[in-house]
Amino acid sequence: MLEIRNLHVKLEEEDKAILKGVDLSVPAGAVHAIMGPNGSGKSTLSYVLAGRAGYVVTDGSATLEGADLLAMAPEDRAAAGLFLAFQYPVEIPGVGNMTFLRTAVNAQRKARGEDEMGAAEFLKAVRAKAADLKIDAEMLKRPVNVGFSGGEKKRNEILQMAMLAPKMCILDETDSGLDVDAMKLVADGVNALRDAGRGFLVITHYQRLLDHIRPDVVHIMSDGRIVKSGGPDLALEVEENGYVDLLAEAS
Amino acid sequence: MAASRARKPAAPEPRIEGLVLPSGGAWARAARTGAHERLRAAGLPVRRDEYWKWTDPTPLTAEQAPPAAAFDPGDEAPAFDDIPAVRLVFTDGVFDAAASDDPALAGVEIARLADAGQADLHWAREVYGVIEAAGQVPVARPLAALNTAMAPDGVLIRVAGKAARPVSLVYRHVSETSDAMLHHCIRLEPGAELTLLESGPAAARFNNVIEVEVGAGAAFHHVRTQGRDHDRRAVTHLFARVGAGALLKTFTLTANGVLTRNEAVVELVGEGGSAHIAGAAVGDGAFHHDDTVFVRHAAPGCESRQVFKKVLKNGARGVFQGKILVERAAQKTDGYQISQSLLLDEDSQFLAKPELEIYADDVKCSHGSTSGDIDETALFYLRSRGLPLSEAQALLVLAFVAEAIDEIASERLASDIRGRLDGWLARHRDQDRDQDRG
Repeated sequence: MLEIRNLHVKLEEEDKAILKGVDLSVPAGAVHAIMGPNGSGKSTLSYVLAGRAGYVVTDGSATLEGADLLAMAPEDRAAAGLFLAFQYPVEIPGVGNMTFLRTAVNAQRKARGEDEMGAAEFLKAVRAKAADLKIDAEMLKRPVNVGFSGGEKKRNEILQMAMLAPKMCILDETDSGLDVDAMKLVADGVNALRDAGRGFLVITHYQRLLDHIRPDVVHIMSDGRIVKSGGPDLALEVEENGYVDLLAEAS
Repeated sequence: MAASRARKPAAPEPRIEGLVLPSGGAWARAARTGAHERLRAAGLPVRRDEYWKWTDPTPLTAEQAPPAAAFDPGDEAPAFDDIPAVRLVFTDGVFDAAASDDPALAGVEIARLADAGQADLHWAREVYGVIEAAGQVPVARPLAALNTAMAPDGVLIRVAGKAARPVSLVYRHVSETSDAMLHHCIRLEPGAELTLLESGPAAARFNNVIEVEVGAGAAFHHVRTQGRDHDRRAVTHLFARVGAGALLKTFTLTANGVLTRNEAVVELVGEGGSAHIAGAAVGDGAFHHDDTVFVRHAAPGCESRQVFKKVLKNGARGVFQGKILVERAAQKTDGYQISQSLLLDEDSQFLAKPELEIYADDVKCSHGSTSGDIDETALFYLRSRGLPLSEAQALLVLAFVAEAIDEIASERLASDIRGRLDGWLARHRDQDRDQDRG
């Protein structure tokens, strides 16, 4: 599904390398987790894959089902099936949450040459999915993320993910700022989307999210590289011993 | 305040002295002569006048109107086309009865200014030139006085009760050299309600004045669109007197135009009155748009809002001069003013002069003015969800002007305005694309 080969990235504004040769392969149906200390390049990887400005790819490749992600505009990556759940979802005053969602769903459908979703069908779908995530009608009516609590913003991200039904979901520190109940809601939302045809890349700082979203593979990232990969136990090892021992061992 | 007082010209201006006032009945004649006197005292505006320093009045005061070709809007439907309204059509500033609906359908008294000399319109003499004259202090508005003195046509509307339909003034522009001047007077008796719509390019040069008296408990809704003709030069004045518990809501959408100056002068004279003055302007290239607003709180417990948004690209220029004056008697005033611009490139410019002058001690007044570009973080967020760049930009631009459009009470009218803005954004991004392609 997602193939990343020898990816090197530096900042556009300064000559600073952030990713120094990332290799990663997430097959359809699998959940991979990336853990790592602050500044290891986890969030940068998610932004580069989604197409945010400010980064320069100096080497390597990233493909989604064989298509060159790095050559596409952000909206084309989305239409191709990539979704990034943001660590800090953006507040957009003046744009209604529902209008935004419907525009997004139909923009992607249009880009893929599919029929647009009618108003009634859309409303029915969004209400059902919002109910699962305990998102009330009031939240749907408000401008995108404006006045939402941290937990509400993250649930709103998962709602978007559910409505857009992407092939490859990247979750960037979705657990940050969440209490246990909110984390469980978000995890349930993600688990409901697990599917043989869909890949997940869960970026997290802590192991606790992985208690709820069980990964197939855990990668440890440090200084712009994947330095170690293993099964779910690797996350527990991090939790017990921290990154220091692991990193020493890897180098 | 002394600095903003009318400037006395050193010598009589031949252009003013030589004016020949239209003939008409005695009351109109007196009002026109009075306006001519005000104009002689003030002189025509020049760049060194305090409130004209950012807008060059020369094209508006020149003897000859600079020519402007009539504009073909292509397949865009005329504004407010699907609103059931009584349409009164003016072609190059002259009432066109054949193209208009029967005025009687509005269920209000409507007379033509050109015929007013013959008619016995007692109420009109209490409005025509009277509310305009009150609005000449402390800042002179000579182009409005010129209009009162000279405007040959316009409508006089008196409303008692609720108007059956909105009155829609449609301004058609045919002649390349038309120099139109219209003057409308409106009186809403206590408790009355009227929606007034204005649309169309009007003329090569257009000078428009509305005087409106909003009686106690009455409601006056005013929605207008200006544009999309590029070569238009226009100056408009809205003078309003708002009575106790009365409501005035005015919104203007301006698209294109090399020079547009919209002045609103509103006096809140009765307790608990409310005045909302809003505008959205979109300009690309040779565009100069000026909103000059003066709200005087003369009675206690009134509320006023000024909400102005401008979207500027390719060197377009926006001006906002807005003032709230709270007199000593106007305790418990609630005044709000916001003027914002979205600059879509570095060549565009927004100049703002927000002013508060407060003599009462128990008031709530706030004002703010900002200039900014499109929020890149929000733009990326929308694109990451699949919105194409142009669609994401349009959504953010519409979000930016939403606060001004929200001032329109009727959802149907608001949606017409949104549709027009959408169309403008679509056309102007297509032009960008074409330019990219060379």
